[in-house]
Amino acid sequence: MAFTNEQLERYSRHIILKEVGVKGQKKLMEAKVLIIGAGGLGAPAALYLAAAGVGTIGIADADTVDISNLQRQVIHSTPDVGKSKVESAKESMLAINPEITVNTYRKFVLAKNVMELIADYDFIIDGTDNFPAKFLINDACVLAGKPFSHAGIIRFKGQLMTYVPGEGPCYRCVFKEPPPPDAVPTCREAGVIGAMGGVIGSLQAMEAVKYIIGKGKLLTGSLMTYDALTMEFRKIKLPHRHDCAVCGDHATITEPFDYEQAACELN
Amino acid sequence: MADLPYTIDAEVDATDVVCPVTFVKAKVALEELDDGQILAVRLNDGEPVQNVPRSVKDEGHQVLKLVDNGDGTYNLIVRKVGD
Repeated sequence: MAFTNEQLERYSRHIILKEVGVKGQKKLMEAKVLIIGAGGLGAPAALYLAAAGVGTIGIADADTVDISNLQRQVIHSTPDVGKSKVESAKESMLAINPEITVNTYRKFVLAKNVMELIADYDFIIDGTDNFPAKFLINDACVLAGKPFSHAGIIRFKGQLMTYVPGEGPCYRCVFKEPPPPDAVPTCREAGVIGAMGGVIGSLQAMEAVKYIIGKGKLLTGSLMTYDALTMEFRKIKLPHRHDCAVCGDHATITEPFDYEQAACELN
Repeated sequence: MADLPYTIDAEVDATDVVCPVTFVKAKVALEELDDGQILAVRLNDGEPVQNVPRSVKDEGHQVLKLVDNGDGTYNLIVRKVGD
């Protein structure tokens, strides 16, 4: 595949980098990334991956754009209110980079469809806002042997970690089980500072890019936390657990399953 | 710079683009070559001639010669170093 002059210009700031170069840019153009959730985290991740020329981007979300989303979900605009989030996200991505392919999945990601959904992708970004979905995505990615980026944001705090099969812990190694429904407030109830999605979602895009080009060190084996009020990033080393229910030596989870959602979540 | 004998293995015209795409074109062409092969890059006078030789050196390649074509363009002769 030869680059056109326009592609050389579009991706020039990438190709100039020793760590990317022509080979890395071609890898990006051949890569397939699935983003689950077109919200605070998924918005910046999707925009940066589209801009980077990631050849195929899948985006899954069942919701429609609400005016209360616009304070942080920068992939959607005021005229998009009422439109499906995946369609709105697709339009924004293609406006930045018409060369890429965007696959939309307007559905909740559940045990019955998650394996099929992730099967075609090289890397998965968890941009969801609830624990049942996070555990589901973790279990599915572990079972399918897919790398993924976990992240969560609330108030002025954010966290992320990266799972790569065979390298370090999975999300369940670290958190074991979801908290009981309603024990932890969602960001709808607790609030979240808009730029937090920008910080953490962009870091998720960065992890995806590094995984694809095969350069640098990923957040495998550690959880990164960010506190915007104290302006502190922390990197906490975490081991793989041999007794993990999904990736341990005697795993008891052999297929994905759904946890009960907090009552308000699916409305 | 002493004149070394060389044969050109590949040529690229970077007079149809501006910096930094001039260097990007040179870099793309170099990536297609094997270690030790020679690339001729045609550059416009001015900024490209200032920047591209330095940039290819920074990447570890060897600049053999800058030939003035007498028409406002130069041919930069580079030996690829590394694979």
